[in-house]
Amino acid sequence: MTHYRRIKQIALLVAIVLALVGSQFSGRINSYYLQVILFIGINITLAVSLNLINGYTGQFSLGHAGFMAIGAYTAAYLSTQHSAGFFQALGGVSNLSTALLFVWVLLAGGIAAAVAGFIVGVPSLRLKGDYLAIVTLGFGEIIRVLIQNTDAVGGPRGYSGIANYTTLFWTYAIAALTIYVVVSMIDSTYGRGFLTVRDDEIAAEAIGINTTRYKVTAFVLGAFFAGVAGGLYAHTTTYINPSGFDFQLSIQIVVMVILGGMGSTIGVTFAAILLTLLLEYLRFVAAYEWLPDFIRRVAANRMIIFSLVLIALMLLRPQGLFGTVGRRAGGGRMGGTPKLPKPAPGPTPN
Amino acid sequence: MNTTLFFQQLINGLSLGAFYALIALGYTMVYGVLRFINFAHGDVFMIGGFCGYYLTPRLLPHFTGSLTPLGPVVVLLVTMMICALLGIIIEKLAYRPLRGKPKLTVLITAIGVSLFLEYGGQFVFGPDPKSFPELVPDRAIEGTGALTVTTAQLTAFSIAIVLLVALTLIVKRSRLGMAMRALSNNPTAAALMGVNLDTIISFTFGLGSALAGAAGILYALSYPSIDPLMGILPGIKAFVAAVLGGIGNLPGAAVGGLILGIVETFVGGSEFSTYRDAIAFSILIIILLFRPAGLFGKTQAEKV
Repeated sequence: MTHYRRIKQIALLVAIVLALVGSQFSGRINSYYLQVILFIGINITLAVSLNLINGYTGQFSLGHAGFMAIGAYTAAYLSTQHSAGFFQALGGVSNLSTALLFVWVLLAGGIAAAVAGFIVGVPSLRLKGDYLAIVTLGFGEIIRVLIQNTDAVGGPRGYSGIANYTTLFWTYAIAALTIYVVVSMIDSTYGRGFLTVRDDEIAAEAIGINTTRYKVTAFVLGAFFAGVAGGLYAHTTTYINPSGFDFQLSIQIVVMVILGGMGSTIGVTFAAILLTLLLEYLRFVAAYEWLPDFIRRVAANRMIIFSLVLIALMLLRPQGLFGTVGRRAGGGRMGGTPKLPKPAPGPTPN
Repeated sequence: MNTTLFFQQLINGLSLGAFYALIALGYTMVYGVLRFINFAHGDVFMIGGFCGYYLTPRLLPHFTGSLTPLGPVVVLLVTMMICALLGIIIEKLAYRPLRGKPKLTVLITAIGVSLFLEYGGQFVFGPDPKSFPELVPDRAIEGTGALTVTTAQLTAFSIAIVLLVALTLIVKRSRLGMAMRALSNNPTAAALMGVNLDTIISFTFGLGSALAGAAGILYALSYPSIDPLMGILPGIKAFVAAVLGGIGNLPGAAVGGLILGIVETFVGGSEFSTYRDAIAFSILIIILLFRPAGLFGKTQAEKV
């Protein structure tokens, strides 16, 4: 076990060094490609953190965009409003002071999102399945409406003039850190509790696991990383708008998790890369004039493709692309074959 | 708030609530037989609106002279049939193959179907809002004093009532309705008594979707701008109405819809109007936390 832990730590270190090295070359990359690369990293962070909630702990949340919004707005607000005082205290603008400021605002964004995650999680995690999904969706929308009504951050006009602090290094270092934290967590003795809650809540309770605490922990941790990802996003695009953090965005992250296979960090990471690239590629497809009009119009409408991916996956491969890779303990809810030969159609009491 | 304004808002709220009630019934019925939330239900409502949009100019000119009042009724009925068919097809293609699978799988599929209808609708109908044709002449009814009641509101409200009564009769008096209630009560026992589950589930989806389609047309009478995403918010709000009334409970869904419509209209008319869309979610969260069985639902103990 310790051996395995050491490997993970080395992998994290290697990833951070690679991000640092890669970052040195970012000046030579075309700015469009650079942005796509940054989005991939941000989406990995989002998808892996949602996977902790939806995949490993089995609590289907549709509100990840709301936590991302809180992180994005908190970080953006702090970095624009308080940067002057911060730089003054650190003796002027330098690489180091900018880095410190950025770490501070990202952390603040993450913490704000985690607090929101706690406030949302404690009451809603008493619910299950469809209800939990729709309540988290509702909380996500409430967060959006609240931001829309907060004039200090531009309300419905959006918030502009955010510095573009996000670099390749920060994005990938944080993505690597997220993966590291989630994987180490799940592999730890404590973390097995998440899987137990997912696989059988009643049995988990019976053996003395505090299921509520596990669910809330997963929720708060997931929200924290979503908030950090939001901060990265805000400092990439330099403009954020409440309507950009709507239900569609939550769905997009959910699709990454489902496509990769709920409860498989490798799969989800891969799906985040794949889907981000696919969506960007579709922009080009939509512009190819030699393609039939029909295909170009479908390509321009990414949500049609998402919906078809969702339906097809559920009918044909509900465990996702990587459902069996990196998946731990038991068949789980999504994968495996049903234990009963043919369960009675229709309702079963809860 | 003065009395006139109060009653005016009450009227507006009731007419809004009538749509929520019609959509909520579909959620509740499907939940009653299959125990899952049909996320795509709000989008069937949208399809209903578009059926009305395309059918009105094609059907209405055939009804002239003394047949004029029949025109809108035919549009409504044809729309309801199309939507019923759509509901049955959705159930057959997307949900039936997943019967007995984990609930989460069905939930994700339902979200997928919902997105497909929304964005497929954008693809087919175009994303811009369309102005709904005048199905019934929209004007204020005279003789109501300081209050304004439009013909659209009155038509929508009375048709909603007629449909609610018809539904109650079907569920309570017909053989299919009895089978539906039996299935909702205990599917295994119902199947043993010779109830064909597939038929009844199809029937339930058809019935619910027909009501949603009707709601789509009635909604468009009062808010004559339709677009492919128009079903999302009313869909979610109607779901809230169904939960408020106690999911699985038909009169509860109707009452829940009316309550939600009234609350929302009053908030919309107050200084908190920008928070209007957050109201439904707040109600949902409060209800689920404090009275998850809804106002009229029975609390069920969880069996292990």
